[in-house]
Amino acid sequence: MAHRMLRIVPEKCTGCMQCELACSFVQTGAFQPSRSVIRVHLFDEQASYAPYTCFQCREAWCMTACPVNAIAVNLATGAKVVLEQTCVGCALCTIACPFGTMFYNPDTKKAFKCNLCEGDPACARACPTAAIVYEAAAPDWMTPWADKVHSRYLEAVSSSS
Amino acid sequence: MGGWTGKILRVDLTRRSVKVEPLNIAWARDFIGGRGLGARYLFAEMDPRVDALSPDNKLIFATGPLTGTNASCGARYMVVTKGALTGAITTSNSGGHWGPELKFAGYDMVIVEGKAPEPMYLWIYDDEVEIRSARHLWGRTTWETEDLIREESGVPDAVVASIGPAGERLVRFACIINDRHRAAGRSGVGAVMGSKNLKAIAVRGTRGVALAEPKAFLEATWTAKARMAKNPVTGSGFAKFGTLATMDPINEVGALPTFNHQQGQFEGVQQIGAGALKKSGRLLTNKACFACTIACGRVTKVTGGGVERYTIYTSRKNWRMAAEGPEYENAWSLGADCGIADQDAILMANYLCNELGMDPISMGVTVAAAMELYEKGVLTEEQCGIALRFGSGGALLKMVEDTGWRRGIGAELAEGAMRLTARFGHPELFMGVKGQEFPAYDPRGLQGMGLGYATSNRGACHLRAFTAGAEVFGKMDRTATDGKAELTKKLQDTGAGSYDASGLCSFVDSAIGPKDVVPMLAAATGLPYTVEEILKIGERIHNLERLFNLRAGFTAKDDTLPRRMLAEPTPSGPSAGMVNRLAEMLPRYYEIRGWDADGRPTPAKLADLGLA
Repeated sequence: MAHRMLRIVPEKCTGCMQCELACSFVQTGAFQPSRSVIRVHLFDEQASYAPYTCFQCREAWCMTACPVNAIAVNLATGAKVVLEQTCVGCALCTIACPFGTMFYNPDTKKAFKCNLCEGDPACARACPTAAIVYEAAAPDWMTPWADKVHSRYLEAVSSSS
Repeated sequence: MGGWTGKILRVDLTRRSVKVEPLNIAWARDFIGGRGLGARYLFAEMDPRVDALSPDNKLIFATGPLTGTNASCGARYMVVTKGALTGAITTSNSGGHWGPELKFAGYDMVIVEGKAPEPMYLWIYDDEVEIRSARHLWGRTTWETEDLIREESGVPDAVVASIGPAGERLVRFACIINDRHRAAGRSGVGAVMGSKNLKAIAVRGTRGVALAEPKAFLEATWTAKARMAKNPVTGSGFAKFGTLATMDPINEVGALPTFNHQQGQFEGVQQIGAGALKKSGRLLTNKACFACTIACGRVTKVTGGGVERYTIYTSRKNWRMAAEGPEYENAWSLGADCGIADQDAILMANYLCNELGMDPISMGVTVAAAMELYEKGVLTEEQCGIALRFGSGGALLKMVEDTGWRRGIGAELAEGAMRLTARFGHPELFMGVKGQEFPAYDPRGLQGMGLGYATSNRGACHLRAFTAGAEVFGKMDRTATDGKAELTKKLQDTGAGSYDASGLCSFVDSAIGPKDVVPMLAAATGLPYTVEEILKIGERIHNLERLFNLRAGFTAKDDTLPRRMLAEPTPSGPSAGMVNRLAEMLPRYYEIRGWDADGRPTPAKLADLGLA
């Protein structure tokens, strides 16, 4: 069975940060965007706003990089989760993640990341415009986008040679 | 305790010192935060008679207990000071991300005192607070300043509130800009900042805003957000059309001031309204301030060939990129009031005001006054460097740039419309109150707005008592004076207590009111606030500001409107023949306020409010 995923619809995002607020509240019990594992980027000059968070990669480099096996898979949600007791705070995972969605908490000296809130993500619930939706998605839902980026890359390479 | 961080920053620019002080909790309880708490500190610490542009004036940046929380629209901070434009107390409000970031750094307020010997900026990164040199930033626009500070500090998440060339040059209606397009706009708070040689305050905060009762707080904010989502204005209207949605209905009742408030309807209204912005492709998307679920911000681009038609000298590279604006107010002041129907000119003038750091309302009305002076033959083409005719987009843009840089005739416009018109012998052409230019509602066609303008503590202002809500969109007769004193007082007190003091945006008020704000405030702070108490706090704030102004030298004579509004009837349209009948409303207003005939709060009223 395919797991549900956090699907981001950037065209609907208004940059209001309700997702960061909700996420940080789950993490800390206070409103603290610096501890949010979903981040909104505001591209003001391009009139574009986009939240991004962990894709829960099938082939998760954070897991591969962790020297103490402190990142495990939650079988119910498919989320990759940090086992706090095991994590030694080396931060290798934050370097390994190609998307910048692994974080390090200097207070606890542990890594932290999106764990899909045990299957009820606070960010999706808080989003006032449905720019973040938690829904079933085919495992290859990003393929068309990846193909587009790849063909653009090939074009650029061939035209510059 | 929660909501408040419990700490304030006191910055003495003369001595170049920074102190962290505990928040006065008794004052916080009685004045909540933002506008109220800032006014309490200013009143206690400063002689209201000081010159607004002298080092003796203080500049206070104040957040509220809801700033930085997930309460919808909990983004606001207030700049509280003696206004350079008015000489009255001013409380200038801005959204964006700056207020929340200050809370995340751990402070409820920043109090700036004295004057730096040379340009400086304040750097705040949690506990690290420094006064740094801004010599290299002086002369830069607000947008350049934000980028440069983020670059040189290596902190891309730093949020910057800064002044532009206008604030440096003490343009009397200079504002403070944060997040490029968000402004603490009115009364010249930017000129006060400039007079202190303070270019910017950059903040990065990584801490949290804690709450006294987190579970109850979430319930309260979710209830309020659900109400706002269902409301036609806060749920969809403002997202789709922005505040520009207001233009058509106000024009339809003949209360859209045109040609420096000579007329109440504008022929070109279709070309500068919300519909035109969308249809012309200028509107790219909408944008929210921090924690806002309304998202009324207009993200736009100049697409109508304005870049080719008009010559602008300030940072030309920006004209191809997306920026923000216009609000209804700006589209009106830079548009209808100057008789300009070219939306590109309005957008460009709006962006320029943001870059140079000026209040577009006062800018537009000042240009409109200059245009009337020109058409009367008082100002000449030689003086202005251009034919300053109503309707000329080129003239508007030249005046905006010249004013921001204080060049040529711009040096006169930089003094605001009251001083400009007096300087050229026609003080009757100043459209405003207490030195501050009118916003976009003609008080001849909207009786209540006239009383609101005349009695606003910071000079003419539409946000302190928005009676147009009831007079145009509600059930009250806009042409009657009955009940307007009561309405004005109620709106003034409600706004001050529930939104301006708590850290919310006043735009929430279409959907929610004090009874929704109270549970949020109570759960955030852990104090048992009630609706009655919030309204009383609002009344307390309004009276405290009034006391400040009385001590600053204002009297009941200043609670008035220009002769044009009182004695020159609207010439045509649905408000034809009307004037504002302020004299029918003002005595009643003083009476229900508990003030004497001279507009002074009685000792009994002050005792009742705990201000004796």
